[in-house]
Amino acid sequence: MYPSKFDYHRPSSVQEAVQILSSNPDAKVLAGGHSLIPVMKLRLAAPAALVDIGRIDALQGISRSNGSLSIGACVTYNEIANSADVQAAAPVLAEAAGQIGDRQVRYRGTIGGNLSHADPASDLPAAALALGATLHVTGTGGSRSVSASDFFVDLMMTALQPDEILTSVEIEAAAAGTGSAYVKFEHPASGYALCGAAAVVTRGAGGSCTAASLCFNGVSSTAVSASDVASSLVGSDLSDDAIVSAVSGLSIPDATGDMFASAGYRQELAKSIGIQALLAARDRA
Amino acid sequence: MAGESNGAGVFGSSIRRREDPELITGRAKYTDDLQLPNMAYCTILRSDYAHAKINSIDASAAEALDGVIAVYTASDIADSGVPGGIPVGWLLPDMVIPEHFMLAKDTTRYVGDGVAIVVADDLYTAHDALELIYVDYDPRDGVADPKKATEDGAPLVHDEAPNNIAFDWEIGDKESTDAAFANAAHVASLDIVNNRLIPNAMEPRAALADYNSITGELVLYMTTQNPHIHRLLISLASLGLPEHKIRVIAPEVGGGFGSKIHHYADEAIAAWASMQLGRPVKWTATRTETYLTDAHGRDHVTHAEMAVDANGKFIGLRVDTYAAMGAYLSTFAPAVPTYLYGTLMSGEYDLPAIHCHVYGVFTHTVPVDAYRGAGRPEATFVVERLVDEAARVTGLDPAEIRRRNFVAPDNFPFQTQVALAYDSGNYEGALDKALEEIGYADFRSEQAAAREQGRYLGIGLSTYIEACGLAPSAVVGSLGAQAGQWESAVVRVHATGKVTVYSGCSGHGQGHETTYAQIVASALGVPYEDIDVIEGDSGVMPHGWGTYGSRSAATGGSAIASAAEKVVDKARTIAAHLLEAAEEDLEFEDGSFFVKGSPDQAQSLPDVALQAYLAHNLPKGIEPALEATSFYDPENFVFPFGTHIAVVEVCANTGNVELQRYLAVDDVGNVINPMIVDGQVHGGIAQGVGQSLYETAVYDEGANLLSGTMLDYAVPKAHFLPSFETDRTVTPCPHNPLGVKGVGEAGTIASPAAVVNAVVDALSPFGVNHIDMPVTSEKVWNAMN
Ligand SMILES: Cc1cc2nc3c(=O)[nH]c(=O)nc-3n(C[C@H](O)[C@H](O)[C@H](O)COP(=O)(O)OP(=O)(O)OC[C@H]3O[C@@H](n4cnc5c(N)ncnc54)[C@H](O)[C@@H]3O)c2cc1C
Repeated sequence: MYPSKFDYHRPSSVQEAVQILSSNPDAKVLAGGHSLIPVMKLRLAAPAALVDIGRIDALQGISRSNGSLSIGACVTYNEIANSADVQAAAPVLAEAAGQIGDRQVRYRGTIGGNLSHADPASDLPAAALALGATLHVTGTGGSRSVSASDFFVDLMMTALQPDEILTSVEIEAAAAGTGSAYVKFEHPASGYALCGAAAVVTRGAGGSCTAASLCFNGVSSTAVSASDVASSLVGSDLSDDAIVSAVSGLSIPDATGDMFASAGYRQELAKSIGIQALLAARDRA
Repeated sequence: MAGESNGAGVFGSSIRRREDPELITGRAKYTDDLQLPNMAYCTILRSDYAHAKINSIDASAAEALDGVIAVYTASDIADSGVPGGIPVGWLLPDMVIPEHFMLAKDTTRYVGDGVAIVVADDLYTAHDALELIYVDYDPRDGVADPKKATEDGAPLVHDEAPNNIAFDWEIGDKESTDAAFANAAHVASLDIVNNRLIPNAMEPRAALADYNSITGELVLYMTTQNPHIHRLLISLASLGLPEHKIRVIAPEVGGGFGSKIHHYADEAIAAWASMQLGRPVKWTATRTETYLTDAHGRDHVTHAEMAVDANGKFIGLRVDTYAAMGAYLSTFAPAVPTYLYGTLMSGEYDLPAIHCHVYGVFTHTVPVDAYRGAGRPEATFVVERLVDEAARVTGLDPAEIRRRNFVAPDNFPFQTQVALAYDSGNYEGALDKALEEIGYADFRSEQAAAREQGRYLGIGLSTYIEACGLAPSAVVGSLGAQAGQWESAVVRVHATGKVTVYSGCSGHGQGHETTYAQIVASALGVPYEDIDVIEGDSGVMPHGWGTYGSRSAATGGSAIASAAEKVVDKARTIAAHLLEAAEEDLEFEDGSFFVKGSPDQAQSLPDVALQAYLAHNLPKGIEPALEATSFYDPENFVFPFGTHIAVVEVCANTGNVELQRYLAVDDVGNVINPMIVDGQVHGGIAQGVGQSLYETAVYDEGANLLSGTMLDYAVPKAHFLPSFETDRTVTPCPHNPLGVKGVGEAGTIASPAAVVNAVVDALSPFGVNHIDMPVTSEKVWNAMN
């Protein structure tokens, strides 16, 4: 539980941070430290240097403008869960953030760290995916935007380049008639999602479903979107039956199996948790 | 109880634990908090392979690292001339006892087996250096499953143990048991795996050794439940230092659950390194090392059968168990699946024929040894699961079949068919109370109604007995213990009437400082605040055997009570002299001696103490000072018992088991401090629920530990558990001065069966009659689909 030696940098701007990263190929960004430090202590990672982005003002804060919500990469789960802006514009994100770990974890862990780490069992990727979030990143070559659906590449792998930093997460505020929910089936040991489902549904003026998304954490090597389920819900009346029948065909490609839960069981769990999430989202729409 | 009215009637009251303010404010000092001048740090390189030959070890790069003082291997220990052994302390007939050296010599036998030692100026360097030691391993096949390990062709852990069998042990009468089965109207039969557990004391093991090469004295601060046992084993088997030159001190110890009873190599390694270097050396386990090296618990594969007659009476019990020992025989390991297991097979029942056969099996895993309950949870699980299965096959209600078979209250002492003689009990009394409090009759109708709606509720009983406070020493010795099981106490009344109590037990979270003071306050009639309790230092108190097996109240507490009684006797003699009265005419009340009928002319205990120390006017033949020592060897074990009931709901969609209620009615004899007893019961239940629903040490086919971190090994969290309901009946122990039994393990012993019985009850509409622990949501889901 003692990491190897590393250098420590604390830049005060994104530009400076990116510079340090590009000149130190073995450096890693340090945000909340709640994933990085444990793997360093287990000596599963031994970065030569840490670039602590926690004091960069530009990465802090939540703001709302023109119907869109912007969350700085270093905003903590606790801030997200308790933010009136997030609760109003993207309640599923607040709900997911509020279910992460314990109080200590929620006061330190950051949205940027959670998404960049891309642990398939963590709670925010499915919500980001279900909300169609846009991720803003900056590297030595400048800034660019990546959609959540392009961001999660594989197990613990994202579209970030080694010299890039995730700077903020942008989410379109929910349209009228939208309800959302995050339901988590907790892994009894880690507390991460054995299966977590983020559902967002919108009802049109007539009451039928005009948009839907259902995304999962924990069941596959990345957060996944059940787009078949979503498309079969659009146009439905979002009745219990409609939801149950839409989810009954759910199939998670490459579902994860491990010593705690087999791939087959995760499939079944995803159905049950997916239905719960959709029902709750519908009730709030 | 003497003086129950005074010492503020303190025996039996829920005084707050006096040890807590230091613990919860972080002021308490644990081994790893201690710093000595010129201290060096030690780390241990551990095998990554379950089974490998060591071809060679190249430590040159590690030795060259700045700050590294030394790197040692097994040959250095051997060359130093110390015995270097890690002995087993319980001998069974014909047991194979392989050599267990402080480091692996040429073969590693489990992932975590020690291979080399680094000593460095600082801890980080000591860890860095481990990565620079190159070991050329020749990996071999390993085996982790105790039953598979006995099959022909399984990889051998030790060449001298064919089929990996360490011992082949039985108890009871095979012939009469087989005859009972031949006559049975019904047979209940189950295959049971008792899942392997990792202890997870909050504080990892640690040792700080300070060897003085001039005096030849070793002071060893360490995480121990029994400093004197560690001193003895380190002296005799590991380091060869004379016993009186070793002082083992247990600073604050953060839990043990058995894992700090045993003598491991690591603490001896720190001491040996200190002897080599002539400077203090500290070793502290990382949590990973805790998982890899603390002795695990349970790990049985069992087939068990109950023969039942046409009236639902149990007539025979037959049990076959493969019990993992791991790679070496740990300190008390052989006792756990034998004398702490087979002897408990009668449960609370009048069972006329029992036969229990156990293979102790070597596997390529960390050794298995006593873990909270040690053998008794495994036995209780077998018996209580079989009783429920017997209820199912006979069509009787689980409560009814228990009633028909309990040892009757007027049948004590009760001699079982498996050696133990139960001292006292009223099993139906505890059952009735528990059924009433849980609302058993109403529950059955609620359950039926819920099933109509597709909700699956279940209720599970566990009417358990536990045998603790092993004794007397002669009996324990005849069963193979290389230890006594008496306990020591010193009660020292100072000249001012203040009292210091020394116990040979060694608490590590149980609250002895509070409860022992309560015993003495009541016995001497002095204020509770005037009494201090000291434990855990082999240099300070007489030899004792430590704290484990729910023994401390029954043995240590009784030793204290009898030392206090000796103090009162001596004080009475002095008081009689001072009052110019006959001893027989004196009353002792509220801490004062007076002649019957004239309480105004009294000699208080502090008055007497002062006179005892001044020694100006003592009766003839009475020595000065006021203190007494007792070495108390109990007549028998103590036998707490009770009924635990779990209520669960299983979710038909996910298989999740929700523990809705948990009720414990325990009978632990007289209660010194109800709050502390409740706390012990709560903790025990949480651990037993952990075993039943969450915890399991998983090894893969090659005997690699997969559940190697807390991310994979599920220790229950507070929000998994309901608020426990606890109650008691009181059947005092008839053979010790306090009438106390034990309580430390009751919860862990009773609860796994209660929880699993409840889950099986909930799943009965699906034709389920058993489900192995931990009952994960997936197992339940599979059982329902
Ligand atoms: C006890 C415990 C329980 C937990 N339970 C949960 C849980 O239930 N659900 C859950 O989702 N998570 C859980 N976590 C993980 C937690 O959410 C972490 O905080 C999160 O995974 C990483 O965020 P961080 O800010 O701590 O990042 P860090 O640990 O600092 O970094 C993680 C990784 O992301 C990189 N990184 C961080 N920020 C950026 C950025 N802005 N740009 C580019 N790269 C970046 C780092 O270089 C590193 O590789 C738990 C952690 C602990 C210790």
